[in-house]
Amino acid sequence: MSILVGSETRLLVQGITGREGAFHAGQMLEYGTNIVAGVTPGKGGRTALDGSVPVFDTCWRAAQETGADTSVIYVPASGAPDAILEAVGAGIRTIFCITEHIPALDMLKVMPLVAAAGARLIGPNCPGATSPGRAKVGIIPGSIHREGRVGLVSRSGTLTYEVVQALTDAGIGQSTCVGIGGDPIVGSTFIDILELFRDDPETDALVLMGEIGGNAEELAATWKAEHLPDTPMVAFIAGRTAPPGRRMGHAGAIISGGSGSAEDKIAALVAAGVPVAESPSQIPRLLAEAGVRPS
Amino acid sequence: MKIQEADAKSLLLAQGLPVPPWAVARTAAQARTAAERFLAGGAEEVVIKAQVLVGGRGKAGGVKLASEPAEAERIASSILGMDIKGITVRKVLVAAAADIVREVYLACVLDRDARKVLFMGAAQGGVEIEALAAEDPDAITYLHAHPHLGLLDYQARLLAFQLGLDAHLKDAVTVAQGLYATMLDNDADLVEVNPLAIVRERGTDGSAVERLQCLDAKITLDDSALHRHPGLEELRDLDEEDPVDIEARAQGISFIRLEGDIGCMVNGAGLAMATMDLVKRAGGQPANFLDIGGGARSDKVAAAMRLILADPSVRAILVNIFGGIARGDEVARGLVEARSQQARHVPMVVRIVGTNADLAADILRGSEGIETATSLDEAVEKAVAASRREMAPA
Repeated sequence: MSILVGSETRLLVQGITGREGAFHAGQMLEYGTNIVAGVTPGKGGRTALDGSVPVFDTCWRAAQETGADTSVIYVPASGAPDAILEAVGAGIRTIFCITEHIPALDMLKVMPLVAAAGARLIGPNCPGATSPGRAKVGIIPGSIHREGRVGLVSRSGTLTYEVVQALTDAGIGQSTCVGIGGDPIVGSTFIDILELFRDDPETDALVLMGEIGGNAEELAATWKAEHLPDTPMVAFIAGRTAPPGRRMGHAGAIISGGSGSAEDKIAALVAAGVPVAESPSQIPRLLAEAGVRPS
Repeated sequence: MKIQEADAKSLLLAQGLPVPPWAVARTAAQARTAAERFLAGGAEEVVIKAQVLVGGRGKAGGVKLASEPAEAERIASSILGMDIKGITVRKVLVAAAADIVREVYLACVLDRDARKVLFMGAAQGGVEIEALAAEDPDAITYLHAHPHLGLLDYQARLLAFQLGLDAHLKDAVTVAQGLYATMLDNDADLVEVNPLAIVRERGTDGSAVERLQCLDAKITLDDSALHRHPGLEELRDLDEEDPVDIEARAQGISFIRLEGDIGCMVNGAGLAMATMDLVKRAGGQPANFLDIGGGARSDKVAAAMRLILADPSVRAILVNIFGGIARGDEVARGLVEARSQQARHVPMVVRIVGTNADLAADILRGSEGIETATSLDEAVEKAVAASRREMAPA
């Protein structure tokens, strides 16, 4: 098993004929992901990826004809909220939105509809998820992974790759690596993903990659102490040296009004029994100290 | 994006909210003229407020009262040019000083945990809400607007009663709903009126009347939505921006200048922050935060290099690229090209991993003045060491 994506995933790619969508669909297919359909309004009836993937005009048709159960969105920000809701309307229950720069108020309107349908949204502005050896959905480079039993959840993109590479280099494989996105409003929180890992028999240890801004890391620390007291977990927080009041790239990464600082997050994690690495390269050692063996 | 008080007040006014008249002055003489006008209009005093995008301007001496035009001119000339938290004051707002009966606090803000718009109100205004929240959390009323239905009438009334605005119920409801409309119409992530005040004014017949007025306003806008509000982009205060910030934005690069001497070029915000953290941990000082963004084509790399080198205190450059969407060879080509055009000889440490990293290594090999590294820790160490070496003559 794994979480969110696996060999049983039947993936629909929204925006498959666009530049980003086509490139990453190719990468996902090459990794072995089971892509069953693509959607681009007005291009139904064609095929994508050298004839291997049928393209539909609507998510509804794509889901009806291919049984797609998961979607990944590479649609520009102006159309992405609608793309999310189209997937929801088609009965897709796991939706990854890679698109960045979606206005926050648009996401506020989308969220209750996603929740009411019982669907799960990851992102927006997220790199997706990879279950090594099974499926990759999103934009995380496939080559950095190794199969194993450590679950990783992160608010960052390239920083996630950095840590995954460090784990792989140390021989520590991953069950699933999930990027939840760096926006202030995201569909899934750390806790949502940690709950999935808790219920996954193939995940034995966890890595949490946080950054300054908001209080998602603090909430995750409290949840971990209560619900997963015995599971080894290691964390990293980016932005220890960020100046207050300045937004560091991610819309969510800002220290404001004395909250959202790295110190508060680190203190909360340490209090929950989660060691916090000072460098991504320390994470494999901290996991080993917590009893995690190379896979 | 933060906007100035005067612009925030204009946005509130556009929603029909009560905001007393103001003028913006860039010179002491303009401030005097404005003061003359308000004083002639019956005001006993005028308030002169520094227009800067940082908090704490009152404490810094950037807000003062004047009762004569000459005094207003003198005060304006002392505030203009003043440095408040590193920002030079270039404009002041002049308005009639209000006769305040009582001040309250009202704001709406994006609540990321609840994924809703959160209203916050306190019967005590004019104070920093964060301080109040820490001292007396029960003094603040919190409620969420519905994502589709907005702030309901009863919620607006509830806020009004909680703030003790019973005597101004209708106006208070209008203000609360106006804040929400301001947020929606402008894609703001914060709309704050502090203070919202009951002020004593003279009615048309000369008798005293009490009215609700928005005396100060703070609005921040969602950068991701600015493209659909072309008018708001014009409110960006270029006076307070470094020319490099303007160039960075034009190139789609996230750039923040800092105090140190090690220029950083990284792809991805999280990795960029982590790289800065490691530089500091190794005893160095980052000169900037720079996220080159996805793609990282060679022309973007060259632009990033210009941004970094525009800072004369930069003594070494650390490039950390984890190729995913970004291709290592493109970045390497951009670096070599930028290097050849570089007027100033600054040592560079480059670490490129991921997509096409081997091609990148081939391109960088033998480039004079470029040191390479494979791990992030090694790259940081080399960059810190390079920043401490005597610089070679250009």
